[in-house]
Amino acid sequence: MSDTTHTNTGFFRAISAQSAGVALELDHVTKQYPGQPAPAVEDFSMSIRPGELVMFVGPSGCGKTTTMKMVNRLIEPTSGSIRIDGKDVLSLDPNELRRHVGYVIQQIGLFPHRTIAENIATVPKMLGWKKDRIADRVDELLRTVQLDPSIFANRYPRQLSGGQQQRAGVARALAADPPVMLMDEPFGATDPITRERLQAEFLRLQAEIGKTIIFVTHDFDEAIRMGDRIAVLSERSHIEQFDTPARILASPANDYVTSFIGQGAAIKRLALMPISDAALGPAVSGGPRIPVTGSLRDALDLIVLSGAERITVTDPDGKAMGSIDHAAISHVLGTSAPASASGPESAVAP
Amino acid sequence: MTATVALLSPRKARARERTQRILRLVTAPVIVVLAVALLFWWLSTLQLDSIEQRTLNPTYIEARIKEHLLLTFVASLLVAVLAIPAGILAYRTRSRWVRSFFLALGNIGQATPAVGVVILLAIVWQTGFATALVALVAYSFLPVLRNTMVGLEQVGDDVKEAARGMGMTPNQVLRRIELPLASPTILAGLRTALVFAVGTATVATFINAGGLGDMIVNGLKLQRYPVLFTGAVLVAAIAVLIDWLAGVVEDLVRPKGL
Repeated sequence: MSDTTHTNTGFFRAISAQSAGVALELDHVTKQYPGQPAPAVEDFSMSIRPGELVMFVGPSGCGKTTTMKMVNRLIEPTSGSIRIDGKDVLSLDPNELRRHVGYVIQQIGLFPHRTIAENIATVPKMLGWKKDRIADRVDELLRTVQLDPSIFANRYPRQLSGGQQQRAGVARALAADPPVMLMDEPFGATDPITRERLQAEFLRLQAEIGKTIIFVTHDFDEAIRMGDRIAVLSERSHIEQFDTPARILASPANDYVTSFIGQGAAIKRLALMPISDAALGPAVSGGPRIPVTGSLRDALDLIVLSGAERITVTDPDGKAMGSIDHAAISHVLGTSAPASASGPESAVAP
Repeated sequence: MTATVALLSPRKARARERTQRILRLVTAPVIVVLAVALLFWWLSTLQLDSIEQRTLNPTYIEARIKEHLLLTFVASLLVAVLAIPAGILAYRTRSRWVRSFFLALGNIGQATPAVGVVILLAIVWQTGFATALVALVAYSFLPVLRNTMVGLEQVGDDVKEAARGMGMTPNQVLRRIELPLASPTILAGLRTALVFAVGTATVATFINAGGLGDMIVNGLKLQRYPVLFTGAVLVAAIAVLIDWLAGVVEDLVRPKGL
């Protein structure tokens, strides 16, 4: 392929070798469209750690998608710099850059005239991979996104359901193992049940592959469920708050963020906390039981449902290891306000 | 048609498509063979005078058919070579002005009556094959141009964005995504152009460019209706057959998965 020969092949080879995430930095990035009074994105700075899944949440038209699209230069920034693994993307060939940044959009955009296998093979083919390697990779990816290759590889996109198409879209974006992924409301067009399954599957996948991901959504609950950190954005992509889900729920920076969290902030926080966060009381005999691996929200659910004063918490083997009651749950919420968030971030992931 | 197909279950839709395709494949040739057989049977029952015999013989008819087909195919080929790239250019240019220019060009070609174009061209230029060819090309330009533009515009934005987002260059997007997806529409335009050309080629007789128009006009002028009738039926038969052939080609080259 003629367009792979340019000065930055070395850099691309380096970041391709790094299939796990790399650092991503946006530095004073502004996008001003000609003839518009205000910029679409104004002075946006953010530093994303390798392997981090950052959610951009905001109302439609706030510039979150524009910000994301500047990373793979589908939109060119007016000023500022964007660095992937320390390298300014503006110094790279945009087409070559895009082959090394995974991209998933809401409408999926599978090529209708190509089979699922051919769709997934698109980027590897452009990168000049050998046939065998592509075939193996397609097979592996289809399994990863839980589509049986023997059934789906040779099907055309219109023969798949919406959820299956979205899985194929994710597989296609992962094909060349890009260290950075951009996802624009990828599950937005699916029904709630499918969406929840896709979210869970994707989190499991991300735990394995550890990509650096910008994930755009307008659904705050999705942001809480998925994000390592959430950036709540307002007009002109202004960052209102950028923090872990737990900390945003516990102490929203301002009214704007509060309004975005909506009703039930406490319940949402509980869903992010493992039962082990609470001080367990002595084991009680009988009554409902809950495994310690559940969340505090699950515990509260069971208390409310069963009407029991106190429920038994069991260890993974099913042995009673203590009990929890309403007061203990409230206590966690009270003390954990911003303070408990200083714990390790991994504990925060749902 | 696509809408009704989409409502059915895929298997039923496919079965239905297959039946439709077989019907389409069989109907047109059968009708043409019947019509032509009927024509020749009728001719065989007639007592032909010397004038009629001069045209209603295999050598003459074959020569006219060859002229007619040559004109049709060369014109259509030229249209394909000129109008498809023009359509691509018009689609890719950002300027509204260029688009409207191309469309207006095609519109003028088609709005002018074919006889008028042929005769005007013959007056200002020359008579004969080349002139007829130019007139035919002008006449068939629009459907191909317009279908190329429309076909490319119909390709979903999501598909184009995904293609660009994966690092395809604009030319790769055109070749690998847009053109294949637009090909059914473009081919439909070519098919229209071909059928147009068959009909319009009859006018070539007025500027001495031959074709089956010779038989129609001669039959009319000399009041030899079997000659007129034979010419007319043959033109119609060719038009139907070419449309059928183009339909078969369309089915064969349509990208799978659409």
